[in-house]
Amino acid sequence: MAESRNAERPLSPHLQIYRGGLTMMMSIVHRITGVALYAGTLLLVWWLTAAATSDSYFDMVQAVFGSWIGRLVLFGFTWALIHHTLGGIRHLIWDVGHGFALKDAEMGAKLTLASSIILTIIVWAVALGVS
Amino acid sequence: MLKKTPLGQVLGLGSAKAGTEHWWHQRLTAIAGIPLVVFLIGYILLHRGASRAEIVASMHNPVVAVLMGLTIANLVWHMRLGLQVVIEDYVHTDHTKYLLLLLNTFFSVVMAVTGLYAILKMSIGL
Repeated sequence: MAESRNAERPLSPHLQIYRGGLTMMMSIVHRITGVALYAGTLLLVWWLTAAATSDSYFDMVQAVFGSWIGRLVLFGFTWALIHHTLGGIRHLIWDVGHGFALKDAEMGAKLTLASSIILTIIVWAVALGVS
Repeated sequence: MLKKTPLGQVLGLGSAKAGTEHWWHQRLTAIAGIPLVVFLIGYILLHRGASRAEIVASMHNPVVAVLMGLTIANLVWHMRLGLQVVIEDYVHTDHTKYLLLLLNTFFSVVMAVTGLYAILKMSIGL
């Protein structure tokens, strides 16, 4: 409990003591996209339920997703999904003991960020029928 | 003398009553999630602008229905583990923490059952 903490004792260094950087930002974004995708699951399940229910209900849900705000949310969902997946692959590479050197970690962060944006744009270009 | 029951020895868990299972399941579902995310995005792109009848028809294909079912199940298990860590990291008041952990599990189970029910309903035409 925070209130029972002895003020005389030092605390271990926390977030605010470190200089921000790309890898720190990517770590935070990985968690934020994860939480956003948690909420996004509701959209996927809602859509599946609508498809299993009736034509009128399905059309209503499709209209919500097709509206500009719906598309904006789905665009964000797409980017979060791709970014979190690529970030996850980055974590899996660390799990097997590779890529810990600062140079590699920075490169991985840049690659993940760039690829997630490019892939999201490609997916949406296909979705909107741009060919 | 080892003061442990035979079961305790086999489980190999310390006083925390948990081992590497959470971490390992997070990785298992992360690895499984990679091809399933590709499937999900591919499925949605292939069915853009599809009518409800076409979506239902696609679920008549057992491969599609099973893959969609696996996607939901894997996603839900992964997100439950993930949000559990987020809650444990930021919520330090016991009653709030346990309430949120409870809601996390409830929400995940409801998402899994609802999603799988919808897929099954379309697939076998209940």
